[in-house]
Amino acid sequence: MQRQVALIKQSLFDQGYLDEQFIELEELQDDANPNFVEEVATLYFKDSARLISNIEQALERGSFDFNRLDNYMHQFKGSSTSIGASKVKTECTMFREYCRVGNAEGCLRTFKQLKKEHATLRKKLEQYFQASK
Amino acid sequence: MAGEVPNLEASKLTALVVDDNFVNQSVHHKLLDRLGIKNDVVSNGQEAVDVHCSGRNYDLILMDMDMPIMNGIQATRRLREMGIESKIAGVTTRAEEEEVKEFMEAGLNDFQEKPLTISKLVSILHNLELYVQT
Repeated sequence: MQRQVALIKQSLFDQGYLDEQFIELEELQDDANPNFVEEVATLYFKDSARLISNIEQALERGSFDFNRLDNYMHQFKGSSTSIGASKVKTECTMFREYCRVGNAEGCLRTFKQLKKEHATLRKKLEQYFQASK
Repeated sequence: MAGEVPNLEASKLTALVVDDNFVNQSVHHKLLDRLGIKNDVVSNGQEAVDVHCSGRNYDLILMDMDMPIMNGIQATRRLREMGIESKIAGVTTRAEEEEVKEFMEAGLNDFQEKPLTISKLVSILHNLELYVQT
């Protein structure tokens, strides 16, 4: 089981889903808070689900409010950075670049990729935490 | 994480985390806990000002820049106007020179780019002379 945990974790890093910030969080776990990382991850996915929903609604309106979209994505990037969600963070950065230049198609394309990376990360982390129990 | 994590519980330092993001609140709170620094958490600059108006005081304030209602620059300026002399460290993902300059000029003592780590937090404490590394 330990080997499975190690393999899942290694794959998350090898495939670029997580970066060293995740290790920083794991090193904060102690006897008082043995599930700290899982708790933070739960917070992150709850918060990011809300942001994804807000962004989807904003994009569905058709008229792109790039300032508003950029604000949402700034928050999303902030959370992703704090948990070490590397691929998601990269997509957030790209989305913000498209907002900066007012490229609606770029925003839509990047957002689709971001949701895909986010969903994959969520699934893999759920497997990781389950295997760690 | 390189090196041993210092335990500053005996120093009785206190800190205030000012950040609107729940993930960051949780991480920064835990980082400070880990160093033995008792800390409170508020969600925006206005709450940071309010908590000081209620008479609370802290050795260190970790101030995010982008927050609703009152952002970090406004809050830092307001706290300094109120005569609050606590050490304030700006912590943000924004690192454009102009933005950092504006934030520093509002009254920060130090600045660190997110994500915060134990090393960065120890660096802040060292820069602000709240902790002397031996």
